[in-house]
Amino acid sequence: MGAQLRVYKRRIKSVTATKKITKAMEMIAASRVVKAQRKVAASTPYATELTRAVTAVGTGSNTQHPLTTEAETATRSAVLLLTSDRGLAGAFNSNAIKAAEQLTARLEAEGKEIDVYIVGRRGLAHYNFRERKVMESWSGFTDEPTYADAKKVAVPLIEAIEKDTADGGVDELHIVYTEFVSMMTQTAVDSRLLPLSLDEVAEEQSSKDEILPLYDFEPSAEDVLDALLPRYVESRIYNALLQSAASKHAATRRAMKSATDNAGDLITSLSRLANAARQAEITQEISEIVGGSAALADATAGSDR
Amino acid sequence: MAAELHVELVAADRSVWSGEATLVVARTTSGDIGVMPGHQPLLGVLESGPVTIRTSDGGTVVAAVHGGFISFADNKLSLLAEIAELSDEIDVQRAERALERAKSDADAFAERRADVRLRAVAAR
Repeated sequence: MGAQLRVYKRRIKSVTATKKITKAMEMIAASRVVKAQRKVAASTPYATELTRAVTAVGTGSNTQHPLTTEAETATRSAVLLLTSDRGLAGAFNSNAIKAAEQLTARLEAEGKEIDVYIVGRRGLAHYNFRERKVMESWSGFTDEPTYADAKKVAVPLIEAIEKDTADGGVDELHIVYTEFVSMMTQTAVDSRLLPLSLDEVAEEQSSKDEILPLYDFEPSAEDVLDALLPRYVESRIYNALLQSAASKHAATRRAMKSATDNAGDLITSLSRLANAARQAEITQEISEIVGGSAALADATAGSDR
Repeated sequence: MAAELHVELVAADRSVWSGEATLVVARTTSGDIGVMPGHQPLLGVLESGPVTIRTSDGGTVVAAVHGGFISFADNKLSLLAEIAELSDEIDVQRAERALERAKSDADAFAERRADVRLRAVAAR
């Protein structure tokens, strides 16, 4: 076998092995998307009931709460960025990071200081590499987040917002995550989680629901709100984590699918080149044999004379 | 037919139980409360403790609920909990072991959780 043919054969073998791996990763990601979607669906009843309850308290009483009161001039904001622990997901992480950068720039233009909180090793690596300050970060659960994880993330954020801005607290909390629109579309979005505008929640609710009854609060509206709002924030963060996980798996699936397709194309073109190389080798061998025998015949004919 | 109310018991990551009931007893921060059909709209904070649901076919469902809310309106009762388990789902031996461990570690939260589980099983 000629040297060139051997090189082609070796590359075909290595690309075939890579293709098998990406194909397997594609199928794993596809099954995980379904699982993650199911988890999003399973968490919906809790979220809807909680939203109903928050609306009920918000509209049924004039209670003031640090989580719902807007600071007159917000001077510091917290940004929670949700990324994944692992890459190989196309532009998933860079899109989320870009959305966070845009939001940060916008908030800074409004004259606010930014505290960054990050979920996922990828986002953390991005910020560490640029030597930017990260208040707190979490990782290790982005593929399958549980409610306990969401709680872990929510605790320092709620603490920060309840603290006075002068003592290092924040006035606002923004969250940047990747919304799972469909299997093919995932968009990085940012939304303001806190301070919660109860009117907005109520509007969202009333557009699809009946008028809320006048509730009797047990023990009191303040206490209910006190207990309810942190849960509401946790549930929103949980939902964002789940959507982000589903989006990540969908992005991985798509990236791995195109990697598999590209590997297939590469194998086809390499096989063509290998075939051409083999054919050229054969042609050369034949012409060498023909040329050799012709020369031999000429030599024999000469000696006869 | 006796009046009924619709009950939804949901945990943060799943819906635990739903169905028709005639009476629901739960523990709020200000004491035990029993809700029957036609109760006035109510929104309360739950203590962790067992919740007893008397179903319309005469059966009883007991669940261990760890923190959460109870809300009742229009004959629909929602029990929201971060963690909720039906008493049939609770592994008694595991809960007992957890209780032992929590006692030796002096972990008040874990002890309370295990205690609530065991009481839910006992109330079954």
